[in-house]
Amino acid sequence: MSRLLLRRGIETLLVLLVMSFLIYALIGLMPGDPIDLMLSADPRFTTADAARLKALYGLDRPLLERYLRWLQRALAGDFGYSRLYGQPVFAVIWPRLLNTLLLMGASLLLALLIGIPAGILAALRPRGLLDTLVNLLAFAGFSVPSFWLSLMLIVLFAVTLGWLPAGGVASVGDGGFLDRLTYLVLPVAALTLLTAGTFLRFVRASMLEALEEDHIRTARAKGCGTARVVLLHALPNAMIPVVTVVALHFGSLLSGALVVETVFSYLGMGKLIYDAILGNDYNLALAALLLGTALTLLANLAADIVYLELDPRIHESL
Amino acid sequence: MRASETLASGRPAGLLRRFRRRPAAVASLCVLVAIGALCLAAPLVARLLGTDPEAIDLLGRFRPPSLAHPLGTDELGRDVLVRLLYGGRISLLVGLGGALVASAIGVVIGILAGWRGGLFDRLVMRVTDAVIALPLLPLLIVLAAVDLAKLGLPAELAGGAAASVLRIMVIVALFGWTTVARLTRAATLSIKNREFVLAARALGAPPRRILRAHILPNVAAPVVVATTLSVGNVILAESVLSFLGLGIQPPLASWGTMLTNAQELIFGAPALALWPGLLIFVTVLTFNLMGDGLQEALDPRQSRHR
Repeated sequence: MSRLLLRRGIETLLVLLVMSFLIYALIGLMPGDPIDLMLSADPRFTTADAARLKALYGLDRPLLERYLRWLQRALAGDFGYSRLYGQPVFAVIWPRLLNTLLLMGASLLLALLIGIPAGILAALRPRGLLDTLVNLLAFAGFSVPSFWLSLMLIVLFAVTLGWLPAGGVASVGDGGFLDRLTYLVLPVAALTLLTAGTFLRFVRASMLEALEEDHIRTARAKGCGTARVVLLHALPNAMIPVVTVVALHFGSLLSGALVVETVFSYLGMGKLIYDAILGNDYNLALAALLLGTALTLLANLAADIVYLELDPRIHESL
Repeated sequence: MRASETLASGRPAGLLRRFRRRPAAVASLCVLVAIGALCLAAPLVARLLGTDPEAIDLLGRFRPPSLAHPLGTDELGRDVLVRLLYGGRISLLVGLGGALVASAIGVVIGILAGWRGGLFDRLVMRVTDAVIALPLLPLLIVLAAVDLAKLGLPAELAGGAAASVLRIMVIVALFGWTTVARLTRAATLSIKNREFVLAARALGAPPRRILRAHILPNVAAPVVVATTLSVGNVILAESVLSFLGLGIQPPLASWGTMLTNAQELIFGAPALALWPGLLIFVTVLTFNLMGDGLQEALDPRQSRHR
């Protein structure tokens, strides 16, 4: 068990290392470069100055050499300064990360609260009316373009009805709990609707499988009622794969958060990444992307650990 | 595992019959054909309405729906319906093209991994695991923002509007091959030791022939399903990137780009945001429902469950 975990941990670190190099290389391929951006503000600089500065900062060195220097500093905790915000990158990132985790956490919780009961109900009578309806809604949930859903929520609740703010994090001059909550409602609703369908389908499939096990038939034969069979005998087994799916879903939740945050101008990681890429804020984009990737990989690792704990059969197969 | 179970799903006649028994899938197919036909007929519709899709009419902005403009006009006075149909051509082209390229890559990688096994197989599976686990959209955005000129491509090739179509197909294909690769690998693994393959080998058939005559036909079913399902995802990815300004570049338009401007105008002209998104939604939904129906038609043993 611990050997397996060690292996998975090392693998995760390796993937992160490879990703850091790939992201570093890709960021370097984005339009413009830091020195040109710096100098474009002042016409007195010549190309000779630019070349000198590039040499000074090592920007004329080969990619691998630049990457290794960046890695060395990054490992020491120095990710550089943000161009857009003029602060160390992680000073910019932390508050944004908290906002995003709040958005993602609330949406995840709501999506599970919708997806699990609906998935169980749908599984009770496959192909029944409820099942068909719930399935159709689930399909709608993962077919709808995230940004359009967000736009439509704005049209309905902010433009037409005027109940909720169209975007932002808090009103100017306010910032109390209730005020912040009103700004959270629409983004959370959008992200929840986008996620719930996937969970629902998984819970349903997993539940159907669990209900076919022999011990369920035994329980039924012994006169156990449906509610008892489903909730006590099938549900615990059915939940095991669902736990994994939730953890594996972290990456796509983060992708969804990026779009939702951008449309609602919600100041989270997703919008930060988007703004950093569009604003040529290389250091910030690099650090934020890496953090997002690292968190996703950690979530996957956590999924493995939980799975091992919950399903002892895995030990034998690995 | 799923893939191996689809093996027996043989004859096309039975397949058609089972597919027809899925009303949602059949309805989806009809809707898709209708949308596709309308988009193909975009120039015809434009001529019938007497409008030019590119013509800017600043005096006729934000017109309400009328006979000449069934869905009204946009912020530059262009006919919304005609723009939608032209945009649909790009969206569908990218969706189908991207999904096909991704599947082709996936099939090649999957068969090689399943057939040869060993180190290559393990490496491929690690990479697919990693790709599936990554936060895709942020990475897609970085890829879309990459300046191809820095890679040494000539500027006209790297920056053109037509290039943006190709580029986005390549980007989605880079991440989209994993599902097909896994399915193909699983199917290849399960077939490669079957008696008929062993017999073919014993008779001295070269690997190329075995792959073509025995493996590929048996892999086809799950691949078709996966490809159908991925068209929807590709369209979604394209529309998000285009919406964020990193996908299809003007003067070309897709449903995604049409929504970019609509966001700024949302208080004045909410209808502009409605139509392109609705079309993306319907198209993706129908592709997904159709893929689901195909899956069940190809795999009757599973369909008890669904």
